[in-house]
Amino acid sequence: MQNVNNLWIKRIYEKCSGCRRCEITCSLHHEGKIWPEASRVRVFMLVPGVEIPHLCFQCNDYPCVGGCPEEALSVDDQTGAIITDKSKCTACGICINACPGRVPHLHPQDDHIVICDLCGGKPKCTATCQEGKWDTLILSESQDVETEKIPAKTPKELAHETARKILGEKATEEVYEW
Amino acid sequence: MVNGYAGKFLEIDLANKKIEEITFSDKIIQDYMGGRGLGVKILWDRLGNKWETIDPLGPENILLMLTGPFTGYFLGARTCVTGKSPQGNGIIGSTVGGEFGVELKCAGYDGIIFTGKAEKPSYVFICDDNIEIKDASHIWGKTSRESMRYLIKDSINDIKKIHPNYGEFKEPSVLYVGPAGENKSRVAAVAAKYTHAAGYGGYGGVMGSKNLKAVVVKGFGPLPDVIDQDKMLELSQEFSDNCFKIEFFRRWGTGSGGYTFGADSSSEPVRNWQEEWHNEESYKGEEFDKLWVKKYWGDFGCPVTCLKLAVLRDGKYDGAICDNPDYELEAFLGTNLGIFSPEQNIYLSYIIEELGFCGIQGGAILGFTGELFQRGIISKEDLGGIDLEWGNVDAFAELARKIAFREGIGDVLAEGIYRAALKLEEMKEKEVLKYAIHLKGMAIGAHGLRSGKDLVTPTSIGYSVSVQAGDHTSSAALPIDGRGSELRSIMSDSGVYCNFTTFTLAFAQIASFYQAVTGWELTKERWFGEKALRILQLQRTVSLLGGPDAEWRSKQDDTLPSRFWEPLPSGPLKGESIDRNTFEKLKSEYYTAVGWNEEGVPTSEILQKLDLKDVESKLKKEGLL
Repeated sequence: MQNVNNLWIKRIYEKCSGCRRCEITCSLHHEGKIWPEASRVRVFMLVPGVEIPHLCFQCNDYPCVGGCPEEALSVDDQTGAIITDKSKCTACGICINACPGRVPHLHPQDDHIVICDLCGGKPKCTATCQEGKWDTLILSESQDVETEKIPAKTPKELAHETARKILGEKATEEVYEW
Repeated sequence: MVNGYAGKFLEIDLANKKIEEITFSDKIIQDYMGGRGLGVKILWDRLGNKWETIDPLGPENILLMLTGPFTGYFLGARTCVTGKSPQGNGIIGSTVGGEFGVELKCAGYDGIIFTGKAEKPSYVFICDDNIEIKDASHIWGKTSRESMRYLIKDSINDIKKIHPNYGEFKEPSVLYVGPAGENKSRVAAVAAKYTHAAGYGGYGGVMGSKNLKAVVVKGFGPLPDVIDQDKMLELSQEFSDNCFKIEFFRRWGTGSGGYTFGADSSSEPVRNWQEEWHNEESYKGEEFDKLWVKKYWGDFGCPVTCLKLAVLRDGKYDGAICDNPDYELEAFLGTNLGIFSPEQNIYLSYIIEELGFCGIQGGAILGFTGELFQRGIISKEDLGGIDLEWGNVDAFAELARKIAFREGIGDVLAEGIYRAALKLEEMKEKEVLKYAIHLKGMAIGAHGLRSGKDLVTPTSIGYSVSVQAGDHTSSAALPIDGRGSELRSIMSDSGVYCNFTTFTLAFAQIASFYQAVTGWELTKERWFGEKALRILQLQRTVSLLGGPDAEWRSKQDDTLPSRFWEPLPSGPLKGESIDRNTFEKLKSEYYTAVGWNEEGVPTSEILQKLDLKDVESKLKKEGLL
């Protein structure tokens, strides 16, 4: 199959309501319960009102996959999503540092990494976001993907950019730092 | 294992730095649910027999932050903050939106019980079972936003130590106080995010009295298991679909009310309630809309997202950000101060939040002082040089700052309208109390009664017989098992969910959600005829006991602020007034319906029926029954 990257989740940060219904639906799908910290999409609010739904950017070069010393990460050739082989993952965290957006995070309870797998091709988060008419997370398919894809950034970088955009330069001084 | 609950509570003795986990029996959890109901039960059991001696701002008061069985599962998460109120000296179940309650449940706790007073300024850090009372000296005195930046920074660094290698940390949730709370103002809020506040009750001042600046919580676990998740999700979907259809709230929130409640229903406070009508076009929703970020804003699980982010990008108040402001703030920090400019209203909302006030109670003290200035009872000199003309937003902002830091006359005003009025009568030897538009020590919500056309509080006894006095989110109405009943507010405050998501729902639908979560059936009869009624009697009782500095004698205090007995002075509904006979008749009917005698005291019969014999004994002992 040469359909690599035929799906991608477009994200319009300035529209995110912060309702976190994406976290709810994601964790229900993957974990069977409402579990915000185990969600593959996590909404960061690093200044009130500026909500950043953070999930895998599916970089063209997949540095996380290349960086994994255990070969626990692979790319799904149908969707372009990262697939985590939990049995191989040692939770070393190398993929987190390899990711320019610092997207992957450890499962809050088990010893493995969690990364968005696009729910096998039918993402729950985008459906939830559309249903509520927030239009923040939007599923892109095939030819749109290459043009719409954006490079991975960290929640802090995205919070600064989005705060500047929707609240003005002054608000960027309020973004939480640590 | 009780479904829908974490199953344990944290008890934190701030004086002795003792932290322990406690539990309540299934019966207590079934009867009192959580939030407001459970808070009332905990407070009664621990303080009831000496209620009248407990100083709400003293170390013996207990401060509670409680979730409920709906928190996290239902649409729109909230947290209930309660304790003995420094405003009304009873108990107010005050709720605040946001993820705090969800994080707390994910950390493994249904609530937190704070006792004692910390030796020095402190905050509490909770990350699952890592709990620490930490020094807050470096943030004491700082405004809300600056405090939050320190708290998040310090807390994420602490979480990193617990979870090295985890990846990026989502910010924890925080409930905090600003300078007003630190300085024990009775009109200070317990706040979250921007302008999210548990305002009614004055619990910001209680946190300050305990030297407690903030509580930070991060939970890494899942929400507790529920009994029937499929059913719960099915109901959640159905209820969400209802909310998606209510376009008005999604589009405007309550942010168009600043004009419509004045122009259409003549029930908006204008210049300290001297009028309730205005038709200032400048204050229309469309004018606020120009200053809103074009997106919806909401909290965990919310399908309504009624919040709007307002931001001023240029001019004198460049950089001011707040949410909406919602209708209450448009009124209390706008029309009630003679301010009819959205920009100025947004700026003042921002200032009030930075200082940590409740927008309603804090706005009411500003309006009250404005009228005393108008009448020459308080002079510019008294105010330390502030020229407090109506509409002078800079003057009101400066006065708010003085109140937050208790500078000069701010020290008197920080006590809230009722207590400030008593003090000023002494100081000025003039009649002042009649300008304090309060009920039982609390300013009332921005919903006037005289026109009879208010959408939120249409009935004249709404505040008078409510056990949360002026709280417009808990006003009373007949029939007691109806949609407008205070017993239904007890449901939302005890289940701890946002009532903006349940407008279209019948009680049975809400109860079916409760059953899907907990496995417990809850009939309308059991709730309205027993459980909620029991909580109501307890709240009524502590309100009657009051003390040590105020007490409310039911019959005479189940009334209205004197101004509300006068006819409306202006507008198309000029002359409309509340008929005393009708009011008294309704009041009597209400007393009978909830089991109170003609003096407004719960009868022995109802107390025995509800298994509240200790309440009966206490009321008898104090000569109230």
